[in-house]
Parts: sequence; structure tokens; C-alpha cells
Amino acid sequence: MAEEKKPLKVTIDNITIEVEQGTTILNAARRIGGDVAPPAMCYYSKLKNSGGKCRTCLVEVEAGSTVDPRPMPKLVASCRTNVMDGMIVKNITSEKVIDARNGVVEFLLINHPLDCPICDQAGECDLQNLSYDHGKEGTRYEFNRRTFEKYDLGPFIQLHMTRCIMCFRCVYTADQLTEKRVHGILDRGDHVEIATYIQKSLDHDFIGNVIDVCPVGALTDKTFRFKNRVWFLNPVDAHRDCPKCKGKATLWYRGDEVFRVTARKDQWGEVEDWICNECRFETKKTSDWIIEGPTKIDRHSVIAQGHYVGVQKPQEVLYDVLGGRKPKLLMNIHNVSEVNEPGRDLSKIEGPAHSTDFENE
Amino acid sequence: MDGVEGIRYYDVYRREGGYRSVEKALKTMSPDQVTEEVKKSGLRGRGGAGFPTGMKWSFIAKPDGVPRHLVCNADESEPGTFKDRYLMEFIPHLLIEGLIVSSYALGSNVTYIYIRGEYAWIIDILESAIEEARNAGWLGRNIQGSGFDCEIYVHRGAGAYICGEETALIESLEGKRGNPRIKPPFPAVKGAWERPTVVNNVETIAAVVPILNIGGEEYAKIGIGKSTGTKLISSCGNINKPGVYEIDMTISVEEFIYSGEYCGGIPNGKRLKACIPGGSSVPILPANLLLKTAKGDTRMMTYESLADGGFPKGSMMGSGGFIVLDEDQCIVRHTFTLARFYRHESCGQCSPCREGTGWMEKILYNIENGKGKSNDIDLLWDIQRKIEGNTICPLGDAAAWPVAAAIRHFRDEFEWHVQNPQECVKRNFGLGHYAEPLQTATA
Repeated sequence: MAEEKKPLKVTIDNITIEVEQGTTILNAARRIGGDVAPPAMCYYSKLKNSGGKCRTCLVEVEAGSTVDPRPMPKLVASCRTNVMDGMIVKNITSEKVIDARNGVVEFLLINHPLDCPICDQAGECDLQNLSYDHGKEGTRYEFNRRTFEKYDLGPFIQLHMTRCIMCFRCVYTADQLTEKRVHGILDRGDHVEIATYIQKSLDHDFIGNVIDVCPVGALTDKTFRFKNRVWFLNPVDAHRDCPKCKGKATLWYRGDEVFRVTARKDQWGEVEDWICNECRFETKKTSDWIIEGPTKIDRHSVIAQGHYVGVQKPQEVLYDVLGGRKPKLLMNIHNVSEVNEPGRDLSKIEGPAHSTDFENE
Repeated sequence: MDGVEGIRYYDVYRREGGYRSVEKALKTMSPDQVTEEVKKSGLRGRGGAGFPTGMKWSFIAKPDGVPRHLVCNADESEPGTFKDRYLMEFIPHLLIEGLIVSSYALGSNVTYIYIRGEYAWIIDILESAIEEARNAGWLGRNIQGSGFDCEIYVHRGAGAYICGEETALIESLEGKRGNPRIKPPFPAVKGAWERPTVVNNVETIAAVVPILNIGGEEYAKIGIGKSTGTKLISSCGNINKPGVYEIDMTISVEEFIYSGEYCGGIPNGKRLKACIPGGSSVPILPANLLLKTAKGDTRMMTYESLADGGFPKGSMMGSGGFIVLDEDQCIVRHTFTLARFYRHESCGQCSPCREGTGWMEKILYNIENGKGKSNDIDLLWDIQRKIEGNTICPLGDAAAWPVAAAIRHFRDEFEWHVQNPQECVKRNFGLGHYAEPLQTATA
């Protein structure tokens, strides 16, 4: 059986990495990190059976394995496809993948209300990030968008189905964290909806986690709704002695006031430890908590504000050096940078720099 | 056999030579020999994809101590396909006989027939046939003293086209919501209740009976090339004699449409415009490409010939739902009808299919009702391109192909709709110039 545990070699976007048996392409790509990791709207590493539904993580498999080097005929969902030894995968170096991903983003957005200005998720929304990376400026969809009434699932959670992208994460969460799931999927096709049977309320000590797993603003924290924008808040790691959960959470401060409590999230926006409802909704005083220090900010963070500013098209040379991968600069560039566009003074551009500012030259 | 009075009942069926294949298999053959025989016959799945059945059977995993299942897919809901219905309605024992033999080959002691919920009366027919077979000792424990146990249960679907997809069918059979599973693992490894499972179409299972009776090699002699045996074709649309026909795959499409033995030509002296040769999901073909392939050969009713030219210039045998359109039919209206169907039947699990099918339907509705815009056709093309191949199950492809083929072959009809919004609402037929003059074969 020793042979079974042999690490597998996989090449993703010209980067080779060794991973254990049973690793999915997505997790191997996450090991490499950066832009090589495909976006995931429905996959959640902490939830069993999640993934495969949103189709944003599609990748092209150029060679199945050393034993069988045939390419796979279709793009595959990287979150549900296991790595084979000698597999060659193309993610952002494949035109086909980018094209398909753009298509998926367009499909996800046609019925999304795009009410980001009034949505509590704005700033930490996976769909926002995804559409910034892969979406179009305008829409080609000219019909009425699908709408639903919003309603309360118990005292703490509000469901706004209009925003939902049907990732099924909340269903898996309820399935796997609670004894009795009372919400699920009704109907089918484009009128499918997440709902409870005859408007039951979600009631379980850990049900609040559905808010954290929701990639969009479909499930929101009623104790936080419309209280503040996430980018005005300062996240602080804290813990408390909780009899139900580990009590490790992030407090979101503005001034001295704790506006909300969430679970701690890792760099892929996934919850590290589930927290209970008491920690999340009922202990919103600094005195309830032992403060550890500011939360380390990463890619998915709400206060990585520079994320949306100054994304530029890098020069061809960089493209070659990186083996066809597109380097992306996520910082706000205030000075003229030789790497990016010699002779272009960014400080002369009004507001955030836009790709069109460069193309027109 | 369907000409025999009372063949639906066990006594008549047995008198006419029924259940001989079960006797032969259980008494003289090992399960692997049955599979080998099916392999030799070259039988291809009759449900639509045309995958070699013997090969499929040999893929089934056989871990120790884990039961295996055979599931018969009788969830026939493709528009234009109604062949399984006739088979089950008139010769239910043929299916049961096939199931016993196939179960023996696969080692399935509990076998299911997943039947479309709308076929309510057929469920009664099947159940009484199963009862008859059990009373005669063909089902239950120790069948005919061979030591092989087999039970057949009829499970009724609840009205979803998607449950014809094998993994959705398994989910539904398990009592869950009929959402297709993400493959791998394939059903042959982990199917119903995580046990190895083979899902076969009704007609495929029924074809196992003659294969065992006459032998695989003999069966392979019927038909041309890799299209062996006989195929049921359910033909409908603008033809004189709609119905289910059993063909050995040696006749041409032209003969099938115009010959009096089969469809009997097109009524009212109209000309043939287009045809969908294999159920609503396969690409539509205009008359000129239907009767002759792009290379100029005569197109035959075989798997290979219908697929000749690939998707740009060919189509598929599919499930054998043969839909004929005469010169008065509007392709846009027809495509809209299909798009509406796929929108309604999408399970809503993966985004391209859930959102894309609805979008296509809305655009097609606009074009059909004189509200289309000139860039709508390109937009439709782009949407179908982004659905195809990017979904969990083939329903996305099935929704995209008809739209793609309609635009590919009948683009100027779409353009005519966009350019003549008032006229296209008033008269409900498209452009006639695609129609071919009457062919030489006569009724």
C-alpha cells in the first residue's frame, strides 16, 4: 500500500507541484496560490459534497495523467475532479477556460439584482469579486430579472432570494452542522428557490453560520442589516470562553462599538471554525471578549480596498516570464511605474485608473 | 411479435416462445458469458447516447459483499420519443424477460424499473405482468432452480424530464430530489445507495432477449457496420403515418419518410423542410442535408450515417424520436417551443443551464413574436455556446444543440423574423425555400 501514498505530480498553468492522493485540482491550485487558484462560488472545503454547481472553477485538462495522457473532452469542475499523476491543467492560461468563466459570470449576473449599493454583503462579496475579474461592463440581458419576496428565517437571519446564486452551501451547512435541516430547495430551473417549508424559522445553535458561508447577500445577519458598510469596520480577532463552540471569532468595530461578530475566515474566504449563535448574535460587547489583535487582512478581506483600484494590463514581457499567466497588480499605484506603463503619469488620471485610460493611448 | 393477439399476457407470450432466453441463460451460461454475448452483438444503448451496452456492463465494479443493481430507465420524456411506451404497453413480458437475463449477467438481485410518472396505465400493466412472471416462477428466490434470486420493482417518477439522466434517476430512486450527480464517480462504481449500478434503456434491455435467443454474432449481422440489430423509431410530425416502427438499420432516411411501409410520405402534397432524427435534443437537419450527407452519400438510418458530418452537417440517432417538419413549419416557432421545454425542465443546479435556458427562451419568444432585434441571433449563438459542455449533465447540451442547429441551418429564417416583425406574427410559417422537391421514392 506504500505505493498508494506516493505524492502525485500535477502541473497547473506551467507550475508543477506535488500533492497527496485524493487532492482535487482546485485544492492543488490553491496550494500554489495567487491567480492560479480558480474562483469558487459553491465549493466550500469545510462542507462535504459541496461544489460542482456554479461552474466558475472550470479548468481545461490538457493531459489526464502520465498513464493516460489524453486530454479531457470537456472543461471539468476543478473542485470535484481529483488530481492524477502527471496531469497537466490549464486554468488562466487557457482561452477556453476564461471564455467559459466569463460566460458563467454573465449567467450568474443576469438574474442578480446588482443592488450592491444597498447590500450588506458588498465589499466582501464573492460575486462582486468574480464579476470584477470576469464580468462585462454592461449586460446583454434585457428582460425583467427574477425577484422574490424577502422573508425572515427566525429572529437573526433574513433571506433575500433575489440575490441568491444557488450555491447550495447553506443547505449543506444546515445538513452537516445541525440535526434537522428545515430549509432546502423548492422548484426547479430558473424559478428554483431556497426556502423553508411553510415559512419555518431556522432554529439551531449553529445556524448562524449560513450567513458566513453565503457567497452573496442572500442570507444576512438581521442584527447587522443596514447598520454599517463592511469597509468602514475594523476587524479584530478575539476569543471567549464559549461552552458551545471554540469561541474564536472576528469582531467588527467602528470606533468602540462592535457592529457584528463573524467567524474567522481564511484567505479563501472560508470559515476556520464554526461559531455558535450566542457568540455571533448575542455577545456584542468588548467586555464579552478577549481581544487578540487586528485580523490579518488577505485577498478576500473587506478592507483590502485597493482590490478594485488600478488593476492594469501588464506588459507582454511579464506575461512570458510568468509562463503565460497574467500577473495582476492589486495595489493602488500612485507613481509612474516602469513595469506597467512607462511615460504614463497615473496621478493625472481622475479617480481610479481604468483599463480604458491605457488603451486609448 | 406485436401482431399476436393477447401478447401482453403471460400465457400467450410464453406460448410464442417467451422466457426461452432466461432458461438458456440460467441453465447453460455463466453471467460473464451473457455479457460476452451482448458484447459480441455490438448492441448500442437505445436511450440516446448509443454507448455499447456490453462495454457498459463490463465496467460495473464488483466489490465483495456489495449488492449491485440494474435500473431500467423507462423515464421516457424526450419530446418526440414514445417508443418505450409501446414496448411496455404491448409486450411488457419482453422487458421483464430482458431484465431477468440482464440482472443475471450483472448480478443484480434487486432490479428497478424507473418509469415516467405520466405513464400511469403502463405501471399497472407492468405490475400485473411482474405478478404473472412471479407466479410462473420467473421471479423471486431460486428462479427455475438455478439458485439466482431476482426481484423487479416498478418505481414511479414524479414528472421531471431530468430524471431520465442516469444519476438524477438514481437520486430520485433513492427518494431524493432529482438532481444529477457530479461525475465521477460513475454509477458503475457508485450508483444507487452507493452500490455499483447499471442504468439501461427499456429498448436496450428488450434487445438482450433476441441476442440471447439467436446468439450475439447472429444479431450483429442485422444492420450496417456498428449499428447492429433493430431499432424502434417513433415518428411524428408532418407525415401520413405517425407511429412506432421497428427498423433493421439498413434503410435510408428517404425510404423511411416516403415509403408506404413506414411514414408514408408527407400529407397534402407538401414538401419536406427539415427533420429532427433522434428526439428533440439532437440537431435539426434541413431536407438537403437529411437525405444526403455533406459528402453526397445517401443518409441511412444508422448511428454512423446520421452522425456523418459531425454537428455542423449531421445530427444523431439519439433516442429515435423522428420529428418531420413540412414546408409550412416555422423553425423559429419550433425552436422556441423546444427552448421553453428545456427551460421548464432544467433542474436549477448549475448556473449555465439554469440561467441560460431561461434567457434563450425569452429571446426566442421575442423573435417569434416580432420583437426580435438584429443582434439577438448572435446573442443566442453566444449563449448556447457558453452553455454547451459547461454543465453538470447533458441537459445543458440538449438545450443548446437544437438552438445551435436551428441558427446554423436556418439563419435567414431568424433574420426574416427580425426584419419582418409584423408579417412573422401574422403568418405562422417560415421561409419555404429550404424545402426539397418530392423525392423519387413514392408512397
